[in-house]
Amino acid sequence: MSILTVDDRSPAADPAAAGVAEGAVTDAALIYFSSVSDNTHRFVEKLGVRAARMPVLTREPTLQATRPYVLVLPTYGGITGKGAVPRQVVKFLNNEQNRSLLRGVIGAGNTNFGETYCLAADIVAAKCNVPVLYRFEVMGTSEDVARVTTGLEEFWT
Amino acid sequence: MSEKLKLVDQVQAINWNRIQDDKDVEVWNRLVNNFWLPEKVPLSNDVQSWATLTPDEQQLTMRVFAGLTLLDTVQATVGAVSLIPDAITPHEEAVLTNIAFMESVHAKSYSSIFSTLASTKEIDEAFRWSTENVNLQKKASIVTEYYRGDDPLKRKVASTLLESFLFYSGFYLPMYWSSRAKLTNTADLVRLIIRDEAVHGYYIGYKFQRGLESATPERRQEIKDYAFELLFELYENEVQYTHDLYDGVGLAEDVKKFLHYNANKALMNLGYEAMFPSSVTDVNPAILSALSPNADENHDFFSGSGSSYVIGKAVNTEDEDWDF
Repeated sequence: MSILTVDDRSPAADPAAAGVAEGAVTDAALIYFSSVSDNTHRFVEKLGVRAARMPVLTREPTLQATRPYVLVLPTYGGITGKGAVPRQVVKFLNNEQNRSLLRGVIGAGNTNFGETYCLAADIVAAKCNVPVLYRFEVMGTSEDVARVTTGLEEFWT
Repeated sequence: MSEKLKLVDQVQAINWNRIQDDKDVEVWNRLVNNFWLPEKVPLSNDVQSWATLTPDEQQLTMRVFAGLTLLDTVQATVGAVSLIPDAITPHEEAVLTNIAFMESVHAKSYSSIFSTLASTKEIDEAFRWSTENVNLQKKASIVTEYYRGDDPLKRKVASTLLESFLFYSGFYLPMYWSSRAKLTNTADLVRLIIRDEAVHGYYIGYKFQRGLESATPERRQEIKDYAFELLFELYENEVQYTHDLYDGVGLAEDVKKFLHYNANKALMNLGYEAMFPSSVTDVNPAILSALSPNADENHDFFSGSGSSYVIGKAVNTEDEDWDF
């Protein structure tokens, strides 16, 4: 967990993956979705671990996980929580192997959204029977980064 | 306003079938789905609770809402409108008109609270106070000055700081009453406003970052320096304002933590790192959980603080887009 790169190439942007319907295969232990706002992306960058970013566009082929991983995701949607899980993540988790390799979830959000704060992390965790490991707001503070860095190291040992 | 308002130079028919930035559609949909009106909230159920507050507490509450009304009026009539000529896409212009309208709904909803809870005399006194309080007037004039300036990026910084920082000295109080089971319907209404402001701050902050992408490193540094200078200027004024309001009830120090916590989020909305360390952002847990029932630390699995974590929560997972 010491390689300081973030693999955020979308499959479409990667010539080697172009035309491969299954999408890019990744052995990263951290997989995340971040919209073009890049908030979650910035948080993951600060962790300084190798991570794989899901394609921003739902129509692009999704990632294929090959080892146990932790998922980082923001929450979408409004009052009711309907549509809270980004469709790109739904598509990714609809892959059975991706679902079976999921070990924990980290939620990104903003407490100003009240009851739906990090709701997507709750929904995925409940559905896949894994723990919510941590929650952070917007792009995370330095304390959040330190706690998640230590937490993930301990989680995998 | 005496000077002429700058308008968009050229108008073309907006085509929602040709989208340049998906974020515009996403935020438009979100704002539309979040739409609400104060008439939906049963504020009259707070009348009994209002009677349990002391005269000082009632006066504080009236002043807080008068201050929030002023800020929402600035944002509706000057702030969001001033951003429209700077829009990069026609859909951004449409989103900004939605934001401007909702700020008017917010401003009006405080009047619904006033008319439900207080007498005409008390309402007039609160509005008079809002025109006479130096620090409140200063905060409105600092922001308005930048809205009238000629720098689109600086306008977005001012707007994001207003949406994500300047409201919170006021928002604290209804969360405080709610945590003590007082004025709970009023708090429900204010939570709707907070949720809207969160989307506004996120969106304008996002557009700000888009605007920075094409800027030179020197220009980026200039804007960053400006953003932090403006935050400091507003922060110092905000601390004074907080003391004006809350010293009488002994809550000023607690409110300041809430200010720091929200200043950090305002900076992050602009793409900058949080500035205040956790030692001064430790918001009273009762306030945090009034804001969001999910915000408590028990959910921190990593900290291993002894509290058993919950796998998920009893959430409705019947989302139609959620079937394996």
